[in-house]
Amino acid sequence: MKRFASFADNVLPWLTLATMIAALAMVFLYVPNERVQGLVQRIFYFHLPSAWNTFLGFFIVAGASASYLWQGSRFADLLAQAAAEVGMVFCTIVLVTGSIWARPIWGVWWTWDPRLTMVVVLWTIYAAYLLLRHLAGDTEQIARYAAVLGIVGVLDIPLLHIAVRLWRGIHPKVDKMAPEMMWTLLVCTAAFLCLFTWMLWLRLRNLSLREEIVALRRQALATT
Amino acid sequence: MEHITYLFAAFLAVWIIIFFYLLSLSRRHRDLANEVEALRQMMEQKGTPH
Repeated sequence: MKRFASFADNVLPWLTLATMIAALAMVFLYVPNERVQGLVQRIFYFHLPSAWNTFLGFFIVAGASASYLWQGSRFADLLAQAAAEVGMVFCTIVLVTGSIWARPIWGVWWTWDPRLTMVVVLWTIYAAYLLLRHLAGDTEQIARYAAVLGIVGVLDIPLLHIAVRLWRGIHPKVDKMAPEMMWTLLVCTAAFLCLFTWMLWLRLRNLSLREEIVALRRQALATT
Repeated sequence: MEHITYLFAAFLAVWIIIFFYLLSLSRRHRDLANEVEALRQMMEQKGTPH
């Protein structure tokens, strides 16, 4: 853990910055325009990695929540909280960029396509998770309720993929890509993964400080 | 160059969201670190080991 902390504090911010600059350079200077959608298709290189980060974040919430329920590990509970918040940030990016892309391509800012609808459902579930954690206090019982919600919520992700097959929406699917597009997507994915890990680390650090404050307050009360 | 406004708007939105989230993380960290420090000092003044 100490080794990762040193990596996350000293290397990860610079790695994120370097990969992000490379990603932006590739999106704006290297990758060619898509034949049908033109310039606006470049939104896809930030939209798809954000969607993957959303899924990653919510899978971490589910895994850590299961670990908390199983073993009662406080670290797992903190990890779930941190991953839920970071996952929400990327889920918001997915919804906003998708909506901006839809306006020139579909002619509307929003449509109730199965995939879009399921992403809104996902966003709502984890917004509820964060509200529960924020408003209901930090008791063991609330942590358990939140863990159950975190596990149930992740079921929306496989449902999202099944819904696409069942109700064939209008959301585009990626089948084949030119090598330049594939490379650009890979670099953008790496940049967003670094950003995700860094944000998760920063949020975890905040939550550990909060734990320390609670412990110090208890100690102060015990001595008075 | 059609739809350049949308492309610009999308990338601006991404950076605004990321910037404000990182700013909020950094502010929360500063406030929590200050509180830890204040509590530690209070404990030291009381002579309590921590």
